[in-house]
Amino acid sequence: MVDSSRTGATAYRPRRLGLADRSRPYRVVLASRMRSQRSYRLNFGIDLFSSFVVGFVELAEVWLLFHNAPVIGGMDFRQILLVFGIGDLSWSLASLVFGHVDNLATYLRLGTLDVFYLRPQPLLLQLVTSDISLRRLTRAAVGLGALVVGLRANDIAWSPTHVALLLMTLVSAAITYAGTYVWAAGVQFFVVAGSELTNSVVYGGRYAATQVAAVWSAPLTVLFGYVFPMAMTAYVPTLVLLGLPAPAGLPAWLGWCTPVFAVWMWVFGLVMWRSGVRHYQGGGG
Amino acid sequence: MCATVRPYWRLFVAGVRQQSTYRLAALGGLVTNATFGFLKAAMLFATVEAAGGELRGYDVGAMSAYVWLSQGLLGSVNLNGRTDFADRIKSGDVAVDFARPISPQGAALAGEVGRAVFTLVPRGLPSVAIGALVVGMTMPTSPGPYLLGLLSLLVGIVISHATAYAVNACGFWLVETRGVQVLYMVVSGFLAGLFVPVAFFPSWLLRIAEATPFPSMMMYPIDILSGRIHGPSATGLFGIQLGWLLVTLAAGQLLTAAGRRRLEVQGG
Repeated sequence: MVDSSRTGATAYRPRRLGLADRSRPYRVVLASRMRSQRSYRLNFGIDLFSSFVVGFVELAEVWLLFHNAPVIGGMDFRQILLVFGIGDLSWSLASLVFGHVDNLATYLRLGTLDVFYLRPQPLLLQLVTSDISLRRLTRAAVGLGALVVGLRANDIAWSPTHVALLLMTLVSAAITYAGTYVWAAGVQFFVVAGSELTNSVVYGGRYAATQVAAVWSAPLTVLFGYVFPMAMTAYVPTLVLLGLPAPAGLPAWLGWCTPVFAVWMWVFGLVMWRSGVRHYQGGGG
Repeated sequence: MCATVRPYWRLFVAGVRQQSTYRLAALGGLVTNATFGFLKAAMLFATVEAAGGELRGYDVGAMSAYVWLSQGLLGSVNLNGRTDFADRIKSGDVAVDFARPISPQGAALAGEVGRAVFTLVPRGLPSVAIGALVVGMTMPTSPGPYLLGLLSLLVGIVISHATAYAVNACGFWLVETRGVQVLYMVVSGFLAGLFVPVAFFPSWLLRIAEATPFPSMMMYPIDILSGRIHGPSATGLFGIQLGWLLVTLAAGQLLTAAGRRRLEVQGG
């Protein structure tokens, strides 16, 4: 019997793959990850609870400072609540999807990253869709709660422009934070054992994002205002929303430019990622 | 040296030597410590200044000492809840530990404390140096606080690892302990005074913190070492630390014994 596809008797016609077909492998992996996280039921419950407490305690730490000094750097607690809400909600959502990219250093050390190279899928996309951190949902709930309370407690002269600004900020902030994860993953190709280095940007950045940036020194303003634009994700847009005066070095009109900073973070992140991937020589397996 | 102590001493030394090989990791940790330190300092200094230059016994110099000592201790005091012991329970390797003629708890702690003590060199001292050189900090001028402070620091490190060990011993029942670890991480950091000094807590929260071993891990050593608390009160804090040391060690011992009866390792 003759194999028709070899002889060309019947021309092989590839079926055009739709988005549903192409995303199927990713969806299957994600669904299995969600199932596996829920399989240790007690642990999953504690995981969700712990993640809620993480968000809650970070908010409590902010509250403690304002409990001792009602106005810090020109903001009171109600106002910082809005900064915290915007920052923490978008960061939690970015971490839900991108957080596990931080495990890259472990894959590099164990040599398991090479498995990803065997599959005909883009490396970064595989890594992002290799897991999903469901526990961040409860943390996002803390951010959402702070945001809702912050929006109600402050006197905002609502207009369609304000609504647009808030929505644009939330989306751009999440995209910016996701960009820091990609940047950090790129750096990890170079430092492997020193992967904790990137925590200064990813988690330090998250910490910086919910601070009153007015209290920063000039080097901090350059680092977390522009290079890793954390002040632009929540603090500066909040100044615009509330009509507060802006500190030196962080003009309020930049609050309208959050998408530009999100794009910058991704350009910076992808450049780092590409150079990291080029640097990688394999796990030696 | 007494034959019962020698294996633990050897494990301690092995821990020190193990940690001394991870130089790049120490550098990465130091950069992160310093970044967080500058952010923490900016916000806490602004809080002290907003309160009129003095807040609950802290001026800017004392606050700087708190910030940089706490950042320096971060690599050595276990506030993240991660231990190798948890992985050994999950994988079943702990069965081998039980077969050895030494206490699994003592062996685990000796190694962890060895690694922690070495970490003070590449991460602790430079953090304090950055604070002293870049920001300036108020430190005691007599030798007494340094002597008691170093002892207190050592006890604090052991308490943190003993508590993390006890928490991870829950793995005998839970198997997967990630959730408990994260819970430990966030509660310990908060109540140990990692981001906000315990003195800033309202009185009800202060009472809760004092009912836990967490302030003994980091806040008390910093208070004694920086001279913020001195004289008989400092000795009193050290006494409280010794009490928590006994309690946390005993808890780990009891949980290990109970877990040993519960343990079921699959495979041959």
